[in-house]
Amino acid sequence: MTGMAKYWRIALGAIVIAGLIAVPLNFNRYGLFILSQWAVMTIAAMGLNLTLGYAGQVSLAQGAFVGIGAYAAAIMTSQGMPLISALGVAVVVCFAVGWILGYPALRVQHHYLAFVTLAFSTLAFLVFRNEDWLTKGIYGISNIPRPNIFGFATNRPLPFYYFCLGSLGIVSAMLWWLIRSPWGRAFQALRENPIRALSLGIDTRRYTLMAFAIGSALGGVAGTLYAPLTQYVDPVPFNLSLSLDLLMMVIVGGAGFFFGPFLGAAIAVLLPEWLRFTQGYYLMLYAIAVILLLIYSPTGILGVLDRYLAERRTKTASALRAVAESRL
Amino acid sequence: MTAVLEVTGISKRFGGISAVDGVSFDVHEGEILGLIGPNGCGKSTLFNCILGQLTPSDGEVKVDGKVVTGFRPSDLNRLGVSRTFQLLQVFPKLSVRENLILAGQEHQGSMMSRLFGPSDAGLTEAADRMIGFFKLDHLADEAAGGLSYGQQKLLDAAMAFMGGPRLVLLDEPAGGVNLTMLADLRERLAAINREKRATFVVIEHNMEFVMSLCSRVMVMAEGRVLAMGKPEEVRANPAVIEAYLGH
Repeated sequence: MTGMAKYWRIALGAIVIAGLIAVPLNFNRYGLFILSQWAVMTIAAMGLNLTLGYAGQVSLAQGAFVGIGAYAAAIMTSQGMPLISALGVAVVVCFAVGWILGYPALRVQHHYLAFVTLAFSTLAFLVFRNEDWLTKGIYGISNIPRPNIFGFATNRPLPFYYFCLGSLGIVSAMLWWLIRSPWGRAFQALRENPIRALSLGIDTRRYTLMAFAIGSALGGVAGTLYAPLTQYVDPVPFNLSLSLDLLMMVIVGGAGFFFGPFLGAAIAVLLPEWLRFTQGYYLMLYAIAVILLLIYSPTGILGVLDRYLAERRTKTASALRAVAESRL
Repeated sequence: MTAVLEVTGISKRFGGISAVDGVSFDVHEGEILGLIGPNGCGKSTLFNCILGQLTPSDGEVKVDGKVVTGFRPSDLNRLGVSRTFQLLQVFPKLSVRENLILAGQEHQGSMMSRLFGPSDAGLTEAADRMIGFFKLDHLADEAAGGLSYGQQKLLDAAMAFMGGPRLVLLDEPAGGVNLTMLADLRERLAAINREKRATFVVIEHNMEFVMSLCSRVMVMAEGRVLAMGKPEEVRANPAVIEAYLGH
């Protein structure tokens, strides 16, 4: 049973990956832009999923970290420095700032913590807008170059999409490793029962700070991809609504499920395109869809799937038990 | 006999109320000390003071001769002091096996070495042994939250032993556990005590359980130690009968 399920899962994964590589081959510029945006937002949402979904720490600041990464990339690459160095700076800065932002989480939780991170989000936005000497304020930074990867130029949309997809692949593999490691288990212990975790030798302080720092660093990674994607960075995209969007991607996809952010980001980025024909009603329809989903399944889309699979497992198990009993 | 745990003059005041008032006692290596007393007499508060979950207002706690007053629970646990909880404290969404691996993993190497080491921290075998020992085999892959109350109690106890502790403080391990399971639990605890030379302090209201498992019993009333001695001595003590058993 489980062996077959494993093969099905591998086959499904291979089909999805092949589709992501092959289907966009004849997409136009705009379609590729949207798909690249999906890959970038998925990375940011995966970071928030680690902090919120696995470690249970509410954050309304993920958008600010995307902004920090985007500005690091914009400022450095427009000065002629390579994107990889900007990536390094973004990861280090976001990790450090995320670590510091984690300290309030040691004292306050849930919506109180949301308010603290919300304040940080606003602060970051004000820095992006007001510190002209660094960020060029409301005029923004334009003509951001796209990188060369091992000698391949990514100026054209298709190569840049593959660059984003490849980055998503690498981040996913690293996060998969992290979640399955003892650290991932400790993060879940923070979410499930911090008092018990503490009594089992789990240094809840250090793991809480780590969950914030790593999640924030992934926001920074997404930001360094965002800047060369749009090739123009100004403060507006990194206001509070990006943090709220990312939060919704995590919740809608299924917080604490590895593939939740992939689905959540797909809905948040692609659904507006599909609903384009409704014109002004798009946001309303989107809002209604989200409300209905969360009433039906507070654990998101993957929560629905999870419940279905669990139900089927229970049914199979009781059927097997019944068969075993009838043979006695 | 060497003392694993030395408690000297521990007090805990909440505002004007003394929940624990100058309690002193030693626990010797390999012994099982029972801790009894009426509800609200300060047993759990005493546990929380010893384990660093609460900071005592006064007094000193030593483990293996080392002063550990004010240590955080996680640091104490890594020194070999473990506990179970009065109310259910498992990780409901993780499987039974994952709960046990989690309970032992912080005792394996450093935080960094664990990140790059095997995903089970090399503990799957140890976890499965513990699962077998507590007769939870058929539940190894079930989510802990789906287990019955008694089974979760067993898991809670099993988790306390994953790190190979020297000293375990058990807060009402028998509460709400049915009679068959209770006999099992007592036998398991006695076996671990014998084989691993683990030292226990057990809070329990089930007299039969305490009297048959413990080598010494300490009775608390109103935050103080009322009596301390062998089970039969304590049972015969008029002050104890007056304060507790007589009711």
